[in-house]
Amino acid sequence: MGVEGIGASVVRKEDRRFITGQGRYVDDVKMVGMSYAHFIRSPHAHAKVKGIDSAEAMKMPGVIAVLTGQQIVDDKVGNLICGWAITSKDGSPMKMGAWPAMAPETVRFVGQAVAVVIAETKNQARDAAEAVVVDYEELSAVADVKAAIKPGAAQLHPEAPGNVVYDWHLGDEAAVKDAFGKAANVVTLELTNNRLVPNAMEPRAAVAHYDQAEEHFTLYTTSQNPHVARLVLSAFYNIAPENKLRVIAPDVGGGFGSKIYIYPEEMVALWASKKVGRPVKWTGDRTEAFLTDAHGRDHVSKAEMAFDKDNKILGLRVKTYANFGAYMSLFSSAVPTYLYATLLSGQYVIPAIYAEVMGVYTNTTPVDAYRGAGRPEASYLLERMMETAARQLKVDPAELRKKNFITQFPYQTPVIMAYDIGDFNASIDAAMKAIDYAGFPARKAKAKADGKLRGIGVSCYIEACGIAPSKAVGSLGAGVGLWESAEIRVNPVGTIEVLTGTHSHGQGHETSFAQIISDRLGVPLSQVSIVHGDTDKVQFGMGTYGSRSIAVGGAAIVKAMEKVEAKAKKIAAHALEASESDIVIENGEFKVTGTDKSIALPMVALAAYTAHNLPDGMEPGLKETAFYDPTNFTFPAGAYICELEVDPGTGKTSFVNFVAADDFGRLINPMIVEGQVHGGLAQGIGQALLEGAVYDGTGQLVTASFMDYTMPRADDLPSFKLSHTTTLCPGNPLGVKGCGEAGAIGASAAVINAITDAIGNNKLEMPATPDRVWHAIHG
Amino acid sequence: MSTVKLTVNGRAVSVDVEDRTLLVHLLRENLNLTGTHVGCDTSQCGACVVHVDGRAVKSCTMLAGQAAGSNVTTIEGLAKGGELHPMQAAFRDNHGLQCGYCTPGMIMSAVDIVHRHGGKLDEETVRHELEGNICRCTGYHNIVKAVLDAAGRMKVAQAAE
Repeated sequence: MGVEGIGASVVRKEDRRFITGQGRYVDDVKMVGMSYAHFIRSPHAHAKVKGIDSAEAMKMPGVIAVLTGQQIVDDKVGNLICGWAITSKDGSPMKMGAWPAMAPETVRFVGQAVAVVIAETKNQARDAAEAVVVDYEELSAVADVKAAIKPGAAQLHPEAPGNVVYDWHLGDEAAVKDAFGKAANVVTLELTNNRLVPNAMEPRAAVAHYDQAEEHFTLYTTSQNPHVARLVLSAFYNIAPENKLRVIAPDVGGGFGSKIYIYPEEMVALWASKKVGRPVKWTGDRTEAFLTDAHGRDHVSKAEMAFDKDNKILGLRVKTYANFGAYMSLFSSAVPTYLYATLLSGQYVIPAIYAEVMGVYTNTTPVDAYRGAGRPEASYLLERMMETAARQLKVDPAELRKKNFITQFPYQTPVIMAYDIGDFNASIDAAMKAIDYAGFPARKAKAKADGKLRGIGVSCYIEACGIAPSKAVGSLGAGVGLWESAEIRVNPVGTIEVLTGTHSHGQGHETSFAQIISDRLGVPLSQVSIVHGDTDKVQFGMGTYGSRSIAVGGAAIVKAMEKVEAKAKKIAAHALEASESDIVIENGEFKVTGTDKSIALPMVALAAYTAHNLPDGMEPGLKETAFYDPTNFTFPAGAYICELEVDPGTGKTSFVNFVAADDFGRLINPMIVEGQVHGGLAQGIGQALLEGAVYDGTGQLVTASFMDYTMPRADDLPSFKLSHTTTLCPGNPLGVKGCGEAGAIGASAAVINAITDAIGNNKLEMPATPDRVWHAIHG
Repeated sequence: MSTVKLTVNGRAVSVDVEDRTLLVHLLRENLNLTGTHVGCDTSQCGACVVHVDGRAVKSCTMLAGQAAGSNVTTIEGLAKGGELHPMQAAFRDNHGLQCGYCTPGMIMSAVDIVHRHGGKLDEETVRHELEGNICRCTGYHNIVKAVLDAAGRMKVAQAAE
């Protein structure tokens, strides 16, 4: 490793613009003649739209147009799609109702758009929206997943009788039945996984421009995957063919999954920009984000685990109800199925697993992949189960886990995943040492003497990242391939541009991807630029989510670099009159091994572009492309242990210590990796203690602002103690696994396990607010 | 419409705005100082914090007219002549930012925190004082480190003056 190569904690190249206020986000974009959109949204969770009267609004100052759902349907803009087909256990395809970008007839969640005002200024659009009269006929609504499947519940879509989208299963039901028949002990657990609101700090925004002369659209949007956005806008929504649509995702202020999807607002902004002949800007406010950004989680589950007399796991049975909200968002169908049930083996040898998942419509905001996406739900269920089992079986929770760990790799689970490598004992041992697990009983006794209830909780997570082998996901119903592309341009003076189809919205790609180049060529980071987020610059890409950027996008960069280096070595060998096999690359120079002959990279690059003296038959230029399709998922794993105290008088939880021991394979930039873990841990802890989207019985989102929904603040969280153990991923050339979601996946169970340990009552749901904890202590 | 005269980053400006215009919108829309961000509607998130006459203020909580005659410093005005403010440098060196959206407000709040507490800052105080600034990326761990680091750097810089 060089000082700026792989493994170096170099400070980020992108930081200077952010710390000086020079970042460029979508709402910072201004265009000549720009107009502003404001959406008119349903105040009802379920209603018929009987009529929209915009006559008064059209007379107000600055109003350019009021456009309705019927107009967007009439113009044949496509309905929103769900990109992953799931088949129910009876063989029937999933049952979906139509989702138009603005509702022409029926609204099914509070906040669904029915019309949009376009005006000269943002305030004028907002003022005029107040004057648009929408005549609604209210219908009965249902927000709770279990209530939605009861007879007599409000029905959302005629296509989905009983509000059931699918009733899916995975695993071997008969083998699980046998396992339970042989069990010495059975442990049962019922739990909910609370609904979260993503709340990236930058609200979603779009600036759309239609160039009439060229019949060409440009869209600036807050997207994690601009190429996927272009593909969907073009192929399914009929906005424009791909060659007539440029999508740019500039600096994006956090995504966490919520900016994967192509939302109605972007579609409407594009459509409206042509309709009114003006650039159109829409910037969401925070309450719009609460109401319309796809939410996360919202599962209700029952799980049973069978153990033999030696406390070895025999089988696991899980039944989960997943709340999808009112419409099927882009990847929603895959989240509680192939991103959830496939991880139910966790870190353990479980000979038989059977999972049933019912996906259900309710009159709530659509739910999709969020910060872990299915894997936090699986990990929470399994790790609460292991802790519950240890208590019931009266064994140490860490020992019960160790007894059942997978120790031989590769390991084929009963639920599709084939783990390639790992060392689960190493991570739990590191975490136990870091927190002085052995010394906990003495600390607990001392706390008790001080009137405090102290608890310790373990969580051993595994996740599937590096999403994903295209053939495999295709066979499971995915509508896209999940490879990644890279293009390396070595310019004539030796500077290097790396074009990647991944997108950075906080992950630090501009630094860590450049480190890969620096490591291989020995050139300074300042010589390398990472280009992303613009469909006119980057040929194609699948974007950033599921901790895939380094494992898939980084691997594509390595593949393209191998081609660049091969060609450059030929040029160098020719120039140095040496054999190509004798050329080595060191410190930005191509050297003839064992001699003092060398040629610097800029001279090789210049030779490639002047083409005055290239080997016979060689094409000029030094630019190569690679598409990389992963061979397997990657499997980051680790152990988190939380020690905390509960005040029995108030129910308030205070952290004593939180340790994380993760195995992410090779670390490109350990500083960035640790930052990713910190953020994930904050989300996991936030879910455990603070966050929860609450709907009332009529489908109103009660928690629709930062005054009502508790975002973790600095003083809600501890400083974290991180460590790493390493097994290199054999499936990609960098040996990397991905780190973006680990904390969010593993942390919640550690916290709840610790609180329930402290209070001696296992019945406690997230978020474990002081009120809930107090009642769990005192009844 | 009213004319509001104020000083922004050392420059005297005169802006015609609707009376309901918030200071943050004057900065972003009229002066193109887009480093100051809007992250919520309820003055919770702190992405819009600027300094008004030396004090940290959420610029979404103040009408532009209320800032008339004031001296406003935004994130764009913090570095002096290309040299980063110690707080900016500390955020970079401690990896106190990821997506960068909350960062300008964080830095402006943090400078104010150090000014008010002088050298007596500890982790608990920093965490408590950052209550009005929300970050979704970093888990605050490195932000807290950055503020404490900067407090030391600012003390040294002050001693040198």
